[in-house]
Formats: sequence, structure tokens, C-alpha cells
Amino acid sequence: MSRGTLALCAAGLLAAILYPLVVRGLAGAGVGVSANYLINVGMLVFFVAFIGQSWNIAGGFAGQTSFGHVVFFGTGAYCSTILHVTHGWNPWLAWPVATAAGALVGWAIGALAFRAGLKGSYFALITLAFAEVFRILANSVEFTRGGLGMLIKADQRPENFQFRDPMWIYYLALALCVVSLAIAWQLTRGRFGARLVAIRENEDAARALGIDVYTEKVKVLALSGAMCAAGGTFYAQKYLYIDPSIAFGVDKSVEMLLVSMVGGAGTVFGPLVGSLVLTAINEGTRSLASVVPALKNVQPLSLIVYGAMLILIVARLPDGLMGLFGRRKSGKRHDA
Amino acid sequence: MLEVRGLSKAFGGLKAVDDATLDVRQGEIVALIGPNGAGKTTLFAAIAGFHTPDAGRVTLEGHDITGLAPHRICAAGMVRTFQITQPFAKIDVRENVMVGAWLRTGERAEAMRRAEAVARQVGMGDQLDQLGADLTVAGRKRLELARALATGPKLLLLDEVMAGLNPTEIAEIVDVIRAIRDSGVTILLIEHVMQAVTSLAEQVYVLNQGRMISHGTPAEIAADPAVVEAYLGHGAAARLARGAAHA
Amino acid sequence: MPDLPIILAGVINGLLAGGIYVLVAVGLTLIYGVLHIINFAHGSLLMLAMYAVFFLFKPPVGIDPYLALPIVTGGAFIFGYLVYRWLIGRFNHGRDENILLITLGLSIVIDNAALMFFTGDIQTIDVPYAGRMVELGAAFLPVPKIISFFAALLLCGALGLYMARSDTGKAIRALAKERQGARLVGIDVDKLFAVSYGIGIACLGAAACLLMPTFYVSPTSGHAFVLIAFTTVVLGGMGSFAGAAVGGFIIGITESLGGLLLGEQLGQIGISLIFILILLLRPSGLFGGKG
Repeated sequence: MSRGTLALCAAGLLAAILYPLVVRGLAGAGVGVSANYLINVGMLVFFVAFIGQSWNIAGGFAGQTSFGHVVFFGTGAYCSTILHVTHGWNPWLAWPVATAAGALVGWAIGALAFRAGLKGSYFALITLAFAEVFRILANSVEFTRGGLGMLIKADQRPENFQFRDPMWIYYLALALCVVSLAIAWQLTRGRFGARLVAIRENEDAARALGIDVYTEKVKVLALSGAMCAAGGTFYAQKYLYIDPSIAFGVDKSVEMLLVSMVGGAGTVFGPLVGSLVLTAINEGTRSLASVVPALKNVQPLSLIVYGAMLILIVARLPDGLMGLFGRRKSGKRHDA
Repeated sequence: MLEVRGLSKAFGGLKAVDDATLDVRQGEIVALIGPNGAGKTTLFAAIAGFHTPDAGRVTLEGHDITGLAPHRICAAGMVRTFQITQPFAKIDVRENVMVGAWLRTGERAEAMRRAEAVARQVGMGDQLDQLGADLTVAGRKRLELARALATGPKLLLLDEVMAGLNPTEIAEIVDVIRAIRDSGVTILLIEHVMQAVTSLAEQVYVLNQGRMISHGTPAEIAADPAVVEAYLGHGAAARLARGAAHA
Repeated sequence: MPDLPIILAGVINGLLAGGIYVLVAVGLTLIYGVLHIINFAHGSLLMLAMYAVFFLFKPPVGIDPYLALPIVTGGAFIFGYLVYRWLIGRFNHGRDENILLITLGLSIVIDNAALMFFTGDIQTIDVPYAGRMVELGAAFLPVPKIISFFAALLLCGALGLYMARSDTGKAIRALAKERQGARLVGIDVDKLFAVSYGIGIACLGAAACLLMPTFYVSPTSGHAFVLIAFTTVVLGGMGSFAGAAVGGFIIGITESLGGLLLGEQLGQIGISLIFILILLLRPSGLFGGKG
């Protein structure tokens, strides 16, 4: 990483750490903002960036576009919630188990789909179908409480993975996001990541150069599944409720894909940039709706804008918004 | 070093390669030539593990590698390039070559050092930062060579590295290939055009319609009527001989 | 386990639903067969056509859905043609994932625009003949479903005939087989692609008219049909007309029997499972030749 990029990262991280304190300060000084609301918005930015990064690692770096990534998210959410609610586990303890479950599902789907040689659109569609199978199962079986969903009893203690002060869940989301950035950054430097990119760019050439394409693809889907499942547990503990359509619905899959694609698939900061932009558009339409009563139905506008942006990105900016920064201009990135 | 015995591969009813046998000895440059559609690339693909042969045996340094997956064959020390070049378009030359170099090292600094050395060896030292997509035909051919070489092979299978190049570029790449051989890598190469290989190869095999029709030194091959017929059509050898007699 | 007559009734109901699936899937398979693209916006465009039928039926227009068929079908053709001309054909850069993503973007825009302008409420139309039934064994079959079944088959047959006999149809089939060749003999390839896409979407327009008398529409209506349509198409082998027809009936029956034997919730799983199994075990489809 060049010195400039490093400084920028450090400054960004510092700003993110100070953000809750600043908005509280502003609210305390009588500026008309709701500090907790803004902290919550910040939490969402990092959380969506985190699950977006999980998509990006498989879909962006390795080029395995998935339309059903929510299958891992839901696996994580249900796994920890069932352990916690039904079996009385501490949610912190359930978290790594849920993460491992996500890895397992990723490994299994990858093994099946890649063994069958599914690529491109076919891979995307089969992940969608897997998510649908999981959704229907969660809707039908007893131990997930079917369509009623699962409620986590509110008990706001940190040792219970519930926080009275939204600032702490914000910091947890930030930490997850930083970890995911570190993983992605490592992919841009290490052997595993180089192999994923080679597979994305040309499978035959990758194979000829000694890469075990099948194994690497299964590995990356397991990694991605683990991260996404960790996000699922986080979500369940934050909102204390999950049901089949939240945990396995198409919306989350699309959200993960969108933030990565718009921000820049296969780039380290793409999902974070995409998440920032998505949240900004969201909040923009929300406040538009609150200011102009005639536009109370305007909420879907943010997704309309996002869908249009996806088309625009595919058409004109294959590297997403990150492509605007001209990351391929020079060889500066190559200081070992 | 490489022994191919009785290798056959059919697609549907069509025998693309039929009972092909060839030997490559350590330190040699061996050429496989033949007219278009002779089955050269299919034979290559079957040797390198991209197609599973229907019959026959491939051994590398005494080890049976028949039907092994390409990545295993590559790890065993034999690597192929593609006639239709397959650069990783969105990454630069250095990273392209590093993909090969990562086969033998897990260290980034070492992979980079190795990649840069190989890139210089094939004459791409000043193109390290260029994207794969931005290379010229000659650049892509060299990149194929560099990436393969970076995997540290004992035997290099080159599929038409000279096709599409102009005479100057061909002369340059011939020098590069010779230098690679002199550094201790054995080479088996496919070419469509015979002249290109006469100055380079010690042994030449000729494939026509899936069958090995001749093999020997370049001079022997050039004098073989069966080879001339294969390239110029039935009766061509006799016509040529008559033409020479009249002149 | 329910009695045999009930199962038979389930099969018949499934067949009736299958007729519509055939029509939806024929559009999708035509688009795939000719353009080699997977049209992810298929469900959303169907939903849009269903809203068109809904608004045409409501005052002040008040057109019966069956009578609206030529209007909606024609409108859908034009819409599809333009979508291809302006969007898909221009921006795909020749990669199939890009087309998948563009059509995904399109479906996001359409779904949310529908949500914004039509709200999330479920809308139905009240045709006077909605409640009429025909008794067949243990099955009571709603007349509109029978009408839509035969109409769907008739339309598929007509489309098949059109593709086989008309100059445009022949050109499209030539294009599906041999892109370069078609270009060389002077066929306007881009226009024909757009026409093919338009015909595929026109099938949706017709399907919407046949669906609305017995179905409802909401901005998420398309979702239910996306996986059904894709499953039908892969079941029959991507790009195969006859395959899509057989696939449609199999899916209709699977859905109907699944609901009957496994219950309302779990019954839906059959379609997704068929989709996954076909892709994993026989990607060329049950009736497809090569992979």
C-alpha cells in the first residue's frame, strides 16, 4: 500500500471511530440531529459493507456471481438464534458456530455447483434456487418456528451480545468491516487472491498454470459463506428478530450484490463505497419523503436509483465507482 | 523425458488424434508440425491433461501422467501455452506472470522477484505495468511464454507462439526460446509453418489427419514426400520432383 | 396420502396452471435460444403486463382481460423491442453475466417503480365469469382456467407455426443457429435480436391477460414466476420450444401435487429442487441433446 493510501485509510478509520462522539457532541450542543439515529445509520453502512464484502470476495475477486448469497446470511442468523433461543447458548459462543455453519453451506453448495461445472449465469441461478429452498424449509419446519419467525428475548447486556448504547453495536459493525477489508486487502497481495483473480479472468489459463480451479472456487465460497453467516448472527442480535423472508429473502442477496457492483466488484473498498452511497441515497429519499408529504410513497425510489446505477455500472464502469479513482494508472501499488 | 505412446482422442465419431507416439529427450527442442486441423492442439491438450485420452499413455520422467488434471501435470513440471492467447485481461503483466510464479512459492516478494526475472527473460521487462488487455499480439505471445515459464517447468509445451507475428518478432522469439532451452528447460512446440521450426528444432514430428506420418531431423522431414503431400495435397511431391527435374 | 381422485384433480389443476407456465417459459426460452441471454427481468415484465391488464379492466377503460389480449400483447412486444434496442443490446459488451446483471437491474427498477406508483397492495379484477366451474371427476375446474389453458396452448402453437413458416421466424431460427452466417447473408442481426426479445415479452403480455381473471397482481407477483419460468426452461433444455411445453406441464403438476402432498408451505420446494437437480445432473435439460 502506498503512503498516501495508508494515510487515507488511517484518517478514515479515525473519523469512523470519532463519528459517534462527534454526533453526540453536536446533539448535545443543540444542533437538531438525533445522535442515536445517526449512529444507527453509520452502523448500517459498516454492516452492509461487511456482508457486501463477503459477496465481493466470491463474486468480485473470484468472479463467481451469486444471486442467492442470502443463503449464508440466513444460515448464520438461524444457526446462532436457534442455539441461543432454543438451546440456551450464549450468543457470543453461538457466533463462531454460526460462522462455521456458513462455511459448511458454502463448501457444500460450491462442491455441488462447481463439480457440475456451473459457471456464470447458471451459478447465479442455482444459488438463487438454494436460497429459495432454504427459505421454504425455514418456513415449513418446526425448529425454526416456521413463518412466525424467531424472537430473541431482549436482555441488554454486553455479555449477552445486546447493547443498551447503540454506540457499541456501531463499533462492532465497524470492527467487522475493518476485518473484512483486511481479508480483501490480503487477497490483493497473497497467493490465494492471485489465484482467484486468475480463475475469474480465464479458467483455462489458470488451470494450465497449475491452479486447482475447482478447489480454489470451493474454498472461496466457504470463506465468503463464513463471513456472510457471521453477518447473519450480527443482524439477528441487533434486531432480535428473524423470519424466513428476512433471513433467506431475495432482498438481502440483491443488496450485497448491489453494494459490491456499484462500489466496484473485485476491489478492496468497493463494498464500503457502495454501502456509503446506498445509505446516502436511502437517507436522502427518506428525508425527501418526510419533508414533502406528497412523496410519502417515495421510499422505493432509492432502489430504483440503485437498479439504474447497476445498469449504468455494467454498461459504462466495469470497476464500479472505485474505477473512477483510476486504480490502474501506475505501478505504484507494487511496492512489496 | 516425455513419452507419448499410442495416444488417441476422438470427438463424437471423429478421431482427432489417432495412435500418436512421440518422444522428447531432456534438453531438446522438439517441434510438432502439421497442416491446419491435423490434430496438433488436440494432441497437446491430451498430453497436458485438458482432454482425457481415449487410449494411450503419457509419461513424464518415467511417471505416468495420463489423464491427470492439468494443475497436477503443471505441478509435475510440464506446462502448456495456448495458441489463442489467454491473457488475464484486467491485471497487469507483472501480476499475470506472478500467477505462474505462485506455483512454487507462497512469498509475495519471491513471487514478484521471480515474475520480474522471467518477464525480463522473455523481453517484457519494460511492460510490467501494462494490462493484459492492452498488449499487442506479440506481447500476448510473450506473456503466454512468461507465465508458463514462471511456473518453473522442466518441459514447456508451446502452441504456435510464432503464428501471427512478423518476421522481426519471430526472430526475436526464436532467440528467446533458444535462451530458455539453454537455461535448462526442454521444449516441445507446435507450429503450422515448417520454415519457422527448421532453424530451431532438433527433432520434428509431423501430424496429419490425426496420425503421425513422419519424424526425424528438420532436413529429413523436408525431404520426406509424405510430408510434402500432407501440406500441398495428393501428388504434390511428384509434381515438385518433376518441376525440379525440368528446371 | 390423499385419495386417487383427489390426486387426479391435483394433476388436472396442475396441467391447467402449466398451460400458462408454458406460455411464460416459451418467451424465456425463445429469448435464450436466439440471444443466448438469461432474462432475469422476465418476472418483473410479466408483473408489469398484469398491471396493464388490471388498469385496462378498471374504469374508465373497462376492457375485459380476454379482449385486452391483442392490446397488451402488442404493447408488450413494443416494450420488449425497445428495452432490447435501448438497453440490453447496447450495453452487454458480449458477456452473459453482464446481461444477467442488466436484466437484474431492470427488474429492480421495475419492481420498485411498481411499488412506488401502484403501492404494495394486492389487486384483483372481478370478471363476471370468475366463479363459474366445470365438474370433471372429483375436480371442480374454474372456467377461466380452462379458457386460459387452451388459449395458452393455441398461442404457443401459433407462435411455433410462425417461427417455422414465416420469413421472420425462419430468419430468427437461422440466427439462433448461426450468428455469423446470418450476418453474412445480410440479415439485420440487431433488429432481429430486438424482435426476438419483443416476441418473448409479448408472450408475457398474453400470459398476463390469461392469468388476471384468476390471479392477483402486486409488485412482487413477478418473483413467484421467475423461478418457475427458469425451472421450466432448464427442465426442457435451454432454448427448446417443445421442451418448454413439456417442462411447463411438469412444473404445473409438481406444484399442484407438492401443495397437495406436502402442504401449502413446503409444497413450493419441489420447483426449486427440480431446478437444482436438473442443473447439477443434466444441465442440457431432460430433452436436450448436447450440453
